[in-house]
Amino acid sequence: MGIAAQEKIEKLEQSNLMAPGFFTSKLSEVVGWARKYSIFQFPMVTACCGMEYMSVACSHYDIDRFGAGFPRFSPRQSDVLFVVGTISHKMAPVMKRVYEQMTDPKWVVAFGVCTCTGGFYDNYATVMGIDTIIPVDVYIPGCPPRPESVIDGLIKLQEKIEKQGITVIPAPATVGPPNGGKAGIQFNQTHKMDPRFRGDDKT
Amino acid sequence: MLINMGPAHPAMHGVIRIVLKLDGERVVDAEVEIGYLHRAFEKSAEQGNYLQVIPYTDRLNYVSPLINNFGYTAAVEKLLGIQCTERADYIRIIMSEISRVTDHLTCIGASAMELGSFTAFLYLMKAREYLYELIEDVTGARLTISYARVGGVKADLPEGFKEKTLKAIQETRKVLKECNDLLTRNRIFVDRLEGVGVISKEDALAYGITGPFLRSTGIDYDVRKAQPYFGYDKIEFDIPVGENGDNYDRYLVRMEEMQQSMHIVEQALAQMKEGPIRLLPNEIIPGAKMVDEAKMGRTEGILEYKEAVVDPTLDGTGELYQKKIYPAGEEAKKVMLPAKENTYGNIEGLMNHFKLIMIGQGMAPPKGEAYFPVEGGNGELGFYIVSDGTDRPYRVRVRPPCLPPMAALHQMIKGGMVADIIATFGSVNMIAGELDR
Amino acid sequence: MNLIEIIKNHFPDLVLSSHDQCGDETVIIRKDGIITLMKYLKHDPALAFNMLIDLTAVDYLNMGAKPRFEVVYHLYSLEKNHRLRVKVPVEEKDLEVDTISDLWPVANWFEREVWDMFGIKFKGHPDLKRLLMYEEFVGHPLRKDYPHNQRQPLVGPKN
Repeated sequence: MGIAAQEKIEKLEQSNLMAPGFFTSKLSEVVGWARKYSIFQFPMVTACCGMEYMSVACSHYDIDRFGAGFPRFSPRQSDVLFVVGTISHKMAPVMKRVYEQMTDPKWVVAFGVCTCTGGFYDNYATVMGIDTIIPVDVYIPGCPPRPESVIDGLIKLQEKIEKQGITVIPAPATVGPPNGGKAGIQFNQTHKMDPRFRGDDKT
Repeated sequence: MLINMGPAHPAMHGVIRIVLKLDGERVVDAEVEIGYLHRAFEKSAEQGNYLQVIPYTDRLNYVSPLINNFGYTAAVEKLLGIQCTERADYIRIIMSEISRVTDHLTCIGASAMELGSFTAFLYLMKAREYLYELIEDVTGARLTISYARVGGVKADLPEGFKEKTLKAIQETRKVLKECNDLLTRNRIFVDRLEGVGVISKEDALAYGITGPFLRSTGIDYDVRKAQPYFGYDKIEFDIPVGENGDNYDRYLVRMEEMQQSMHIVEQALAQMKEGPIRLLPNEIIPGAKMVDEAKMGRTEGILEYKEAVVDPTLDGTGELYQKKIYPAGEEAKKVMLPAKENTYGNIEGLMNHFKLIMIGQGMAPPKGEAYFPVEGGNGELGFYIVSDGTDRPYRVRVRPPCLPPMAALHQMIKGGMVADIIATFGSVNMIAGELDR
Repeated sequence: MNLIEIIKNHFPDLVLSSHDQCGDETVIIRKDGIITLMKYLKHDPALAFNMLIDLTAVDYLNMGAKPRFEVVYHLYSLEKNHRLRVKVPVEEKDLEVDTISDLWPVANWFEREVWDMFGIKFKGHPDLKRLLMYEEFVGHPLRKDYPHNQRQPLVGPKN
């Protein structure tokens, strides 16, 4: 909800026309309830956890009964980003770009221990935990996590969404390298443009 | 028009980037870029000892992890020059074939889903769940199992495995029949797959392609028949071969291979000999009691005559299990861990355990190199191991079976339409964990 | 006659050594003869090696062997059902080998990977760029002197 609507609600509260906070808290509950049962996830599936994601989305351990059964494969149309599987340093700018393209309100689920902390891939090619790059809401550890763990994580995410209600959480300004971006490319520039797409082509 | 089919794209196949030069809807030129899941398997394998590489091999081809496991341990066994027991060989055959069925189920399911058939995907995943339950009974985990050991497997098959497997195979056959009815003669499916993504025999050989891809062009090369390992020569099975080398033939080859794999499992279960062989009369006591007796010095006959029953949570580590599946003799002591009641009970077992596990000790193959090919879900999976005589592998190289088809992909999609790329890419069965390692 | 003897009879000056460990026949040849040998292996009717199975390299820095790198080729013949391993030692100062991507197109990608991981250049290769790592990466990861967890992140902290 925008800033003008917030101010209006506050004015209404202060004008003693209704009990303080009743209207807003009821609205918050309804919005939270509606949001938590209609999760449109963007599953960014990279590795082995993808197999468990497929298992949990199919008929044996259904997540459709939690309202999360419709993956939207475009970041503009989804609100939860499921990062499933190891993120390497080559994939990290792509993941950041997808996160930035999603519209508010958005949540991120780190599925699998490779996304939570890096797993046992402590080497030159892996990102040790995606929360060094984007903010994460729910961590589901396991290698791969059993489908029951995934459902548990999803329920926790639903509780978080419900409590959030209509509160506007401002997007984080700087979740990035603490030394001011000296490690590689600047934070807001996700990756160099591929020279083939620069428009030099005559087609 | 130059367009990017980027790493995050709506197919559940893994991360790949294809840069397309289009003329309307036709593909004029294509370039494939991989490496988005490079997890440095080969570098990590040099950091630990030989047994610590096995969890990394699980995650190479993560839809058929048992085949990778067994391929790696077979390569190390080749280097060491040891042979595992017959029962362990049969167990390896059974678990490899079950893994192969899950691989093909996932491939067909995902590619059917991309062409619009969500029902077939759900049915095939249901069949896959039955097999995952079987695998969980044997190994303890659904996907990343680390079941193989150098010289055999981790533990014997549990009780009642034969009946459960036969029932699971029956259920899988039912599901496959349903999907056959849904897909094989379906007008839309056939129209989208037939004549698309064609590759000729000469091209396939020049690109070094193996597996169902090569067999769909008409060449019947299968590592299980050409260089039999694990006892595949004692089992009868056919190799399905296609004709045209297009997507539809690959789909048919995979469906038939699943039937053949289940046939192999049934034969192996029938041929496997049951039970340990006992020569001397002996008595069975609980493992804790054996350890106590040994500690108090009452060791007569403990090693030769008495067998111990160990707690089910330590399954696979008791002497009763080891007699069936571990190779006997002096060579086995260099690679297999001793039974738990020996490790805790007497000094020889403890020293054997120490020598194998601690850093700096461990199995040390002689200096040299070995290459061992097995038939993976996608083709010839080979492990090339270079050893320098210490307990750490010097170089472990995986020959990825899906890299040659990906190298040939740009040739297969040229001249086709954009929508055909999805169908072709689905039938390549690219597993990013294996391609990028 | 087994394969090693056939090759030694045909190219006596190219073969540096050979061995037969674990049943795998291996020949080690000089770097400049690789194209002639590969053409012979592919086109000769008695040998008929029509598939290139693998192309990789090994860095012998820690073992102290004199030519630091060795490029390893695995070949397989479909009709005769025999395998061969060909190894080519490469000095650190002269990291160039001729490409065989005209004989087998898959060598294109395998050689790109060897360049990416080890830094060995292939003369005559149409497009030698990195395959598995990103272009901004500096160094060659699978060499023994590259530490295994030295990261060069594009986005995010270096951990």
